Amino acid sequence: MSAWSSATEIAAGVNAGTVSASAVIDAALARIARLNPRLNAFTSVLADRARARAALGPTGPLAGVPFAVKNLIDVAGVTTVAGSKINRAYPPAADDAPLVRRLEAAGAILVGALNMGEYAYDFTGENAHDGNCRNPHDLRRMAGGSSSGSGSAVGAGLVPLALGSDTNGSIRVPASFCGLFGLKPTYGRLSRAGSFPFVSSLDHLGPLARSVADLAVAFDAMQGFDPADPVCVDRPAAPLAGLVDGGVSGLRIASLGGYFRAGASADALAAVDAVAAALGVSRSVEIADAGVARAAAYIITTSEGAALHLPRLRSRPGDFDADVRDRLLAGALVPAAAVTQAQKFRRLYQARVMALFETCDALLAPATPCVAPLIGEKTFVLDGVEMPVRPNIGLYTQPLSFIGLPVVAVPVATASGLPIGVQVIAPPWREDVALRIARALEVSGTARVLTPDLEA
Amino acid sequence: MDDKALDALIDAGSAIYGFDIEPEWRAAIRMHLTISLGHAATVLAADVGDHVDPAPVFRA
Repeated sequence: MSAWSSATEIAAGVNAGTVSASAVIDAALARIARLNPRLNAFTSVLADRARARAALGPTGPLAGVPFAVKNLIDVAGVTTVAGSKINRAYPPAADDAPLVRRLEAAGAILVGALNMGEYAYDFTGENAHDGNCRNPHDLRRMAGGSSSGSGSAVGAGLVPLALGSDTNGSIRVPASFCGLFGLKPTYGRLSRAGSFPFVSSLDHLGPLARSVADLAVAFDAMQGFDPADPVCVDRPAAPLAGLVDGGVSGLRIASLGGYFRAGASADALAAVDAVAAALGVSRSVEIADAGVARAAAYIITTSEGAALHLPRLRSRPGDFDADVRDRLLAGALVPAAAVTQAQKFRRLYQARVMALFETCDALLAPATPCVAPLIGEKTFVLDGVEMPVRPNIGLYTQPLSFIGLPVVAVPVATASGLPIGVQVIAPPWREDVALRIARALEVSGTARVLTPDLEA
Repeated sequence: MDDKALDALIDAGSAIYGFDIEPEWRAAIRMHLTISLGHAATVLAADVGDHVDPAPVFRA
């Protein structure tokens, strides 16, 4: 086993008795201790808990697999800080979140909690309280957010699997910047119970990993209805780990044009074109009013987020990350009529996109408009227009999570050596289709995870 | 909206909510408010008709 072993390789070794869970965990903890000071991915390392669990001799499809969670997901005995200073005063979580319990029931072992953008209102991975999370492919660059630690930790080989959350792109953006596979499931598929909310209308939880098989096995372990999350839909689990090698024959796949190419860098366009070519895709389709969908997602996000944080904005505005606080204060001033209209538009737009899925089984689009910017960059140029970085990295992710579509971000290497992600988008509840396509791209080598040498 | 109109909205909203905004935060709030109101205008210009239910319909 090495730092780059996949979760399924580790589990196979542990289940076969060729390696012990304790040895796997000790190696992961040693690598975290050695490299995390440079990456700033972890905010809590749970060495005692992890060693105690490993000593029990876990079995299952994720036996002995070290994993970590974005620090908005409850871990028993740890305060759920959600990237903030303010929440540090809150009591520790009494229990693990259901998704943590389900992964551990499958044999995985939690080793820590991960850095994130404050209250998940972030695409950069910059954090004024815990320090900036760094991209393992270039420590000067953003890891992407808001699941920054999730991207950095998996991309650096600290763990093979991490959980993040995605409201507008917060799994897909760090997956793109850190060169990973990331799964944002269908809205309502995985329980969000035991996580600190951001925008209930749009919040999802999901995994990041270095292989499609690892995403699938983790997803299967986490599936299942949970009445503790009112959004979680009561439908049977649909295990798909055995389906990902099904190939793409017969699937009708199209690239998204129009809105989803405007403003994209040459790197982003080359990546999505390479994926389309590898899949033999020549058809391009457009989603009408994708820009309105993005605007509606923006409005719902900023107003729901502001409403959630109003008490803290009133009582402790100086204790927020300034970049987050100022957006939330502005969000509180958005007219209510626009928020209601945005929710109405959401229903219309969903019907429009579902009509598109009558002739397409999956769609392709860039995950981010560019590779990871340098930490501290405040503006970039999209389509010839200088724009603020923080609100605009999610340009291509927002119109898709807005209607809860399942998306797998797949990593593609650019000419510069930095990775960038491509979104593989499927109809609701068809994570299997997106993962099959991602797996075909992984097998062909079009999608591949780069392994940075951080020991140098 | 010009800065004067944005400031009027920020001041009125701050009074309603009880926000205590430091002078040095104002430029960034103005910038984000301009972006948010631009998106709000885009959304409000969409024709959704009279009979569309908002996406999060509550079921008793």
